[in-house]
Amino acid sequence: MTLISDLQIAAPEILLSGFALVALLVGAFAGDGSSRFLRAFSTVVLALASLLAFRQVALPPEAAFGGLYQTSEFTSFAKGVVYAIGAGALFMSGGAVRRDGMERYEFPLLMIFASFGAGVMLSAGDLMSLYMGVECLSLSSYVLAAFLRDDLRSSEAGLKYFVLGALASGLLLYGASLVYGFAGSTRFDQIADAPYSIGLVFGLVLMICGLAFKASAAPFHIWTPDVYEGGPSPVVAFFATAPKIAAVVVFANVLFSAFGVMEDQWALIVAVLAAASMLIGAFGALNQNNIKRLLAYSSIGNVGFALIGVAAGETFGTSSILVYMTIYVVATLGLFGGVLAMRRDGKNVELISDLNGLSRMKPALAIALTALVFSVAGIPPLAGFFGKLMVFRAGLQADLLWLVIVGVISSVVSLGYYLRIIWAIWGKEPAAALDPVDFGVGVTVVASTVITFPVLVIWIGGLINATSFAAAG
Amino acid sequence: MQLIAFYILSTVVLLSAFLVIAARNPVHSVLWLISAFFASSGLLVLIGAEFLAMLLVVVYVGAVAVLFLFVVMMLDVDFVELKQGFLNYLPAGALIALALLAEIGVVAAATAAREASGFDPSPGADTNAEALSRVLYTDNLMLFQLAGLILLVAMMGAIVLTLRKRPGVRRQNISEQTNRRREDAVQLKDVRPGQGI
Repeated sequence: MTLISDLQIAAPEILLSGFALVALLVGAFAGDGSSRFLRAFSTVVLALASLLAFRQVALPPEAAFGGLYQTSEFTSFAKGVVYAIGAGALFMSGGAVRRDGMERYEFPLLMIFASFGAGVMLSAGDLMSLYMGVECLSLSSYVLAAFLRDDLRSSEAGLKYFVLGALASGLLLYGASLVYGFAGSTRFDQIADAPYSIGLVFGLVLMICGLAFKASAAPFHIWTPDVYEGGPSPVVAFFATAPKIAAVVVFANVLFSAFGVMEDQWALIVAVLAAASMLIGAFGALNQNNIKRLLAYSSIGNVGFALIGVAAGETFGTSSILVYMTIYVVATLGLFGGVLAMRRDGKNVELISDLNGLSRMKPALAIALTALVFSVAGIPPLAGFFGKLMVFRAGLQADLLWLVIVGVISSVVSLGYYLRIIWAIWGKEPAAALDPVDFGVGVTVVASTVITFPVLVIWIGGLINATSFAAAG
Repeated sequence: MQLIAFYILSTVVLLSAFLVIAARNPVHSVLWLISAFFASSGLLVLIGAEFLAMLLVVVYVGAVAVLFLFVVMMLDVDFVELKQGFLNYLPAGALIALALLAEIGVVAAATAAREASGFDPSPGADTNAEALSRVLYTDNLMLFQLAGLILLVAMMGAIVLTLRKRPGVRRQNISEQTNRRREDAVQLKDVRPGQGI
């Protein structure tokens, strides 16, 4: 295995990191004046990396760098979605970045580094590269959360995220060291071959805790509402989408490929995490008036639904996780586009009551947001419904009836707050007019709405087929 | 002998690590942290990883010194007050110094009496450093580069969050200074008495 072929296998990450290094130099010499150009360029590069990652899906699974880097259809598909969504988040960030004083060349580069970290952890075939990826993603995320450093809430969000994230990294690392100690290797395939021992289970549980934190699954979700509320909106739009699907898929990938033989050990833990996340997501959001906090709880709940797929195991769950998370992050990107569009008199507003009467002020945006909210809630004709159907089916196939029942109950409860948004948009009297919507935001919201309905509804079979490689063998 | 040394050192590590979080005075916790690092480097020497042991002392104790400075700067620890109790603390300090010295002795004695075991601390090479670098720059090249990228991100983060461009900062412009002529700076005025300029 030569270096050249290793680099070819890892093409999407090589492209991203190489671009980021060059762009960093460009930015350092040209100053913040180049940030607009770099942002546009970064969007294009992320989209290219997404294409390269999707190309990996079609290729047979390969290992590079002595097994540290491993492609598989499951993770490469998720990586393609991560990069595409990252490009979308960067694309629509333009206007907000300019107005909120975040126009610095480091902003797109940190987004690139965060996506790069997500890609590395997705393609990890080894505990060490997994940790490196997680850390690269987390470090960039901490900085991005605190990017508005003069804003009290943003720096608070960054600090909270950093302290809790460091704790979670510690848990993950401690678990990984136990796993290494008891399995004798950090490679996923060799861990899978290691004989069963209590120490291994201990390490596994600690690693689950660390990864659950990164995916913001309950009871490791505490940071999510605060970080989402305090962080700058374009950054939160990114947090809620690209790293989210990456974290869930990494969670699944680690459990499936390294600990697949120990499924009876972790299935219950994951099922409990899923149930707790769904319930907390449903009940926690009921009293929120801030739309970003509400979406944070919604994302906790949705991670719970995706974890049903993980708890169902590799045979039944793989495809459902990808379908669910893909549909969810596409719709969420559009919803956060809606949050970015909520500006009045040049200031960001983020209360649900600020959406009052949107249907009369901006009918197109109102229709788009309605479709997206319904999709995230899982109302039948929209794509989100099929995602929920898939994870519930996976749960039933794996005999997790109680978990599916919890899922249905929390779906119904969560309708309560989704309908509050809809009611504010359609039923309330309009308040003062909102500012015009940015071009980038408008395009992203429309694109995400069109993908949610009707594209993914018509081609849902295509998506399911494209993601059901594991079931097909 | 090695086993005894192992137990002594690990007890010290655990005890100091506990005291790091139990100590009320942040300066004390930092000192306990140094003790923990010191004892764990002794553990590394025991298994024959001298290079890592040295690295641990140099890097971490060095880093701790910096951390120490930060704690002192940020928490506004009163040094005068600390120094007042110097004589009271002297016996305790001497005891800990003795303990550190004893650790060195224990490690030295244990390494001298090392029994042959199946464990090779530097596989395929003469020294630790050589064995480490052989895997670090070949098998784990990707991890090495990734670690570099992560440090780069950390550096970018630190700059993003702290660097401020202040307007109106006067910087030295050497060419401007040397190009200055007498005519630019000095004006001769003929001031008549009692009239002003």
